[in-house]
Amino acid sequence: MSKLLEVENLWVKFPTRNGVFDAVRGVSFSLGQERLGIVGESGSGKSMTGRAILRLIRPPGMVEADKLALEGEDLMGRSEKEMRKVRGQQISMIMQDPKFSLNPVMRVGKQIMEAYRLHYKVSKKEAKKKAMAMLEAVAIRDPERVYRMFPHEVSGGMGQRIMIAMMLIPDPKIMIADEPTSALDVSVQMQVLEIMDKLVKDRGMGLIFISHDLNLVSSFCDRVLIMYAGRVVETLPADKLHEAQHPYTRGLLNSLPRLDAPCERLEVLKRDPAWAIEESVSG
Amino acid sequence: MSLSDTPKAGLRAWLLTDTPTSRRHARAASLYQAWLSLKGNHMAMLGLGILIFLVVIAALASVLAPSDPFIQDLSLRLTPPIWQADRDPGIEGYILGSDSLGRDILSRLLYGSRITLYIVTLVALMAPIVGLLVGTIAGYTGGWIDIILMRITDIFLAFPRLILALAFVATLGAGIENAVLAISLTAWPPYARIARAETLTIRNSDYIHAVRLQGAGPMRIITKHIWPLCISSLVVRVTLDMAGIILAAAGLGFLGLGAQPPSPEWGAMISEGRKFILDHWWVATMPGLAIFTVSLAFNLLGDGLRDVLDPKDGSQ
Amino acid sequence: MSGIEIEGLNVWFGEYEERVDAVKSANLSVPKGGSFGLVGESGSGKSTILRAIMGLAPTWSGKIDILGRAVEKPRSRDFYRAVQMVFQDPYASLHPRHSVDQVLSETLSLHGFSDIDKRISQLLDDVGLGPSFRFRYPHQLSGGQRQRVAIARALAPEPKILLLDEPTSALDVSVQAEILNLLTDLRAEHKLTYLMVSHDLAVVGHICQDIAVMQLGEIVETLSVEDMRAMKTTHHYTKHLLESSLQSAAG
Repeated sequence: MSKLLEVENLWVKFPTRNGVFDAVRGVSFSLGQERLGIVGESGSGKSMTGRAILRLIRPPGMVEADKLALEGEDLMGRSEKEMRKVRGQQISMIMQDPKFSLNPVMRVGKQIMEAYRLHYKVSKKEAKKKAMAMLEAVAIRDPERVYRMFPHEVSGGMGQRIMIAMMLIPDPKIMIADEPTSALDVSVQMQVLEIMDKLVKDRGMGLIFISHDLNLVSSFCDRVLIMYAGRVVETLPADKLHEAQHPYTRGLLNSLPRLDAPCERLEVLKRDPAWAIEESVSG
Repeated sequence: MSLSDTPKAGLRAWLLTDTPTSRRHARAASLYQAWLSLKGNHMAMLGLGILIFLVVIAALASVLAPSDPFIQDLSLRLTPPIWQADRDPGIEGYILGSDSLGRDILSRLLYGSRITLYIVTLVALMAPIVGLLVGTIAGYTGGWIDIILMRITDIFLAFPRLILALAFVATLGAGIENAVLAISLTAWPPYARIARAETLTIRNSDYIHAVRLQGAGPMRIITKHIWPLCISSLVVRVTLDMAGIILAAAGLGFLGLGAQPPSPEWGAMISEGRKFILDHWWVATMPGLAIFTVSLAFNLLGDGLRDVLDPKDGSQ
Repeated sequence: MSGIEIEGLNVWFGEYEERVDAVKSANLSVPKGGSFGLVGESGSGKSTILRAIMGLAPTWSGKIDILGRAVEKPRSRDFYRAVQMVFQDPYASLHPRHSVDQVLSETLSLHGFSDIDKRISQLLDDVGLGPSFRFRYPHQLSGGQRQRVAIARALAPEPKILLLDEPTSALDVSVQAEILNLLTDLRAEHKLTYLMVSHDLAVVGHICQDIAVMQLGEIVETLSVEDMRAMKTTHHYTKHLLESSLQSAAG
């Protein structure tokens, strides 16, 4: 399996009044043509990891890494202008809430079209054809009508599908999805995930799926990194998640209430300060 | 989750703590943290420095001023500033020159700072408070009270500011107090609008619902829960508006409707200097520079305060 | 005696052409000391029922009885001593400029308590925070700690009934477990009646004895948690909800 993305010893630092705050501390992993899940609680550094790969950390925040390479090519040394070409065209990102990611005063179709024309020099007509095909690919039944709609006229699930269409239209090699379904209802969640899954598989892309939901990630990904306090504490094949060894992962799994196994009191995660100091596991 | 520890002095650590131990400690700590973020903004500190300098000057005007601002010496009228004195040698004592009646411009500027501060303080006390009251009551109660209060605000807003102030001064009589009153009466509507807009967003937040569910009445909610959140944005707006208020006072003075001669009000000084502006530039320029500096200082400080106080960016 | 009795409750927003019916003739009944869950997707009107009970929804019709008495319009202070609510988002339900101490002491003084200092320590103890949190501001607290403060505020007037509006949906799962345990303990300790709203069937199943499933403003089915676990549902929408949440949980 060829390596699409290699990350070695990634740090994200923010200077604060009380010293330097390390949001991500020495994370290493590689990504092939697979679905890699990054799981953690809020503040674990999982979203920061995703943003750091695209070098989207704004100053005064700093990104440091021994290696950050896309198909063997270094990303750390690139200028902001060169990074702009990478973003979207080679690595794209889907955020949590489509309401904030779509431009509210621009029609949906035009936004998808623009996303394509930003990276490929084609005529408007051709771009529109491509956009319509993309809308169909994300299972939108009436693309002609949706094409002319404004973002506020579409539902959350459809908005997220539109975002996926927009992010996939330049044919990126890697997609980073940061909590793509947490703003959606359960019944819509599965549908959006299925669409994303199919497209990623068909195109031979690499997917980084960032989520707080262990079960969702284990059902959807091939491999899972579990992050705690800016480090990777454990890495597992997704189907072996329930055999996790690390007490943090076990604690997270056990703290969920379950429909099929009622209990009087839920198990509470006891945080061990040692977890934050341990070496990061590379995945 | 790791903050690398840096050694801190006792008081500083006490003020920077995340675990305050008493009411006073908590308040002191949050004030100190706001001060730290303001201190980080160099332009704001420059503005604050200029304003502190202005207060010191006003307090010590009688000591600092080289001569009495009202003493005329017609034989020494329109003396140029000291660095141009070589054209007209032999005259000492007028550092910034003298005006058409031979009065020392520097002394007049120093005494004039008192008037400027007086105007600024009075307006800052009146306009925002009226605005806050009207805006929060209108915003929180809604309905016909809102409609009436806001239409009154609209009426005031529709008048050109200086013209309305002119009308007030014309009916009340010229003079510095009436000028302040006139400026305040024309300055409050924007504050009412801001306060109302803020109130409308705060009104429907969960923390206001929560206190309503404790049985709190509207007066308590407005004064204890809504005001603290509106005040910070009003302080910012007032600071930014101060420049305009000084200019309006100067404008009234310039038109002869504010401070009356021989009062060394800066606007009135420019007005007097206007007649000589081509031949004796300093008479109008010096007070102009003073107004410019103080207005700029207020603007810089206001910008910095916005970064510190604006609840939208939050202190998180 | 019943804790909460709701019959034919309608809640709507706007008038005439702009009228939107958020809740349509809802009936539900929670026995005193019971624990009842309202489940549904976003926009199903489940939170609106809570708001209507608390007097936060402007226009409603129907019958709402609390502890055997019809509610007044507007709600009296006695009502708020008996019924309290915990909001969904602890980041929005605490005043950003008020410390924990201010929040609790204001609540206590509004309800006419005099031994405020003692009660604040007691409340902080009850929700597992301890005295060191007393003078902190919301931005110095984590999400779970904020929600504990919000729960302490709701407990301050010693209510009989607690309305819970998705109290854990904004929190991490490990914190959710802590808060759910806390809610379980508090109910046993203070003999509270719970009416909880959630989109998470597992959470409701853990806390509640009976649930009502809502769709598009209507209660489509009311059933016991045992029946829900056994998939003994009659309505297809309940079945659909159950299946999708089992699917996403099973893995």
